[in-house]
Amino acid sequence: MLINVAETVVADALRGMAVAHPELVVDVENRVVVRRDAPVAGKVALISGGGSGHEPLHGGFVGPGMLDAACPGEVFTSPVPDQMVRAAAAVDSGAGVLFLVKNYTGDVLNFRMAAELAEDEGVTVASVLVDDDVAVTDSTFTAGRRGTGATLFVEKIAGAAAEEGAPLERVEAVARQVVGASRSFGVALAACTTPAKGSPTFDLPSGQLELGVGIHGEPGRERRAMMTSREIAEVTVDAVVDDLRPELPVLVLVNGAGATPLLELYGFAAEVHRRLADREVAVARTLVGDYVTSLDMAGASVTLCQVDDELLRLWDAPVQTAGLRWGR
Amino acid sequence: MSETALDAAFFVRWMTAVAAAVDREADHLTELDSAIGDADHGSNLKRGFTAVRTALEKEPPATPGAVLVTAGKTLVSTVGGASGPLFGTLLRRTGKTLGDAERVGLGELRDGLRAGVDAVGQLGSSAPGDKTMLDALDPAVTALADGFAAAAEAAGAGSRATVPLQARKGRASYLGERSIGHEDPGAASSALLFAALAEVAR
Repeated sequence: MLINVAETVVADALRGMAVAHPELVVDVENRVVVRRDAPVAGKVALISGGGSGHEPLHGGFVGPGMLDAACPGEVFTSPVPDQMVRAAAAVDSGAGVLFLVKNYTGDVLNFRMAAELAEDEGVTVASVLVDDDVAVTDSTFTAGRRGTGATLFVEKIAGAAAEEGAPLERVEAVARQVVGASRSFGVALAACTTPAKGSPTFDLPSGQLELGVGIHGEPGRERRAMMTSREIAEVTVDAVVDDLRPELPVLVLVNGAGATPLLELYGFAAEVHRRLADREVAVARTLVGDYVTSLDMAGASVTLCQVDDELLRLWDAPVQTAGLRWGR
Repeated sequence: MSETALDAAFFVRWMTAVAAAVDREADHLTELDSAIGDADHGSNLKRGFTAVRTALEKEPPATPGAVLVTAGKTLVSTVGGASGPLFGTLLRRTGKTLGDAERVGLGELRDGLRAGVDAVGQLGSSAPGDKTMLDALDPAVTALADGFAAAAEAAGAGSRATVPLQARKGRASYLGERSIGHEDPGAASSALLFAALAEVAR
């Protein structure tokens, strides 16, 4: 691994973000990444965060048109409430703060505690949970569906609404709408290795793949012998479409897990489109790349978000972040 | 036992003993966590309790309640994950329930811990049998009526009894039936809390 020691991996990466992105204020000690012009007068502020290891999520999505602040935790460990409280104080203009939280027990608990503490300090806080992973059965017998690729759609689209000056209730409603309209499914070809452990976090023999894997290498629905890109696209698209049953055109995110080359990812994107056409799903926009990664996991995920004209307009609105940038 | 009165120094020794136990058992906890979680329970708790030890050394609180509140707050601020808020809430709520008494008896400690354990169940929306830390904490607090050694024993037994259970909360729940056959890491670390308590009371 290209690291110094496991204990400083997150701090070292933040120091790197600081030198690469002068448009961000990176507080390495307190682990908060803030857009430099925050607080933006009259604007609702968006804050997200979660365990590190999913870069560019979330720090790479801080900037005009997306997040106002991000709070990175240890690798695959949710941040602590102090980080979100500090971030809220830094970005709240008085128009309120929206927490965007991926549905994992640790993230939910830490963001909930942070919301209470920030409200004690006079900040109005709303929270939206992202739970898009169809591989998990959503029942009382699990922690519920995991938050994965849809996080990018939520941060981008709600971020655009906030940038236009929408009030907190509206930005929150847009975020909820995107969550409800999004589903994901991921596949691993090789497990990831956390710096602290130094060996693969799960055991996946070569020549096998895990269907429905989570972004921390959580187990999925089943393990199968290696398949072609076209076959994987069929399983993946079917899993998402069968659950979402889209009636509107969709945004497509073909997301790399971290160690899958873009060459393979583009080939996979072509197969995903082919299967979507089979399933008579219209595509509005397609994004291909490493956006919600899992360290060095090999594999990919597909996220679909069905969009009306308004959501599509917000998706197309300008965005200027380290990880996502267009328009203007 | 009824005349047992514990002061702030006892509670500092307890938290220091927990920190030592977590240090000692960190690799084992991480091992348990790699089977049904994400292989970081040992290192996360170690970071937290090391910070607790430092905080208590720097400014030893004057009352048993204040020791536990400081320990709980420190865990919330340093651990992250689900363990930070859950362990933090356990100690903080217990400490708050003890109030500002300079010495507490066994019965008061039991009442305090009962309030702490209830708060953990509330925060995690979980109950004993879900394969969580409650499976060690709940029987331990009940057994505290029979003394510290009984509580430690009940916590250990409760933790081992999570092996055949299917997880319904947290990351392990994604495994469904595949979570059966493994000891819950949170129950195992909760048992350390009571093992350390018995150790310093001996």
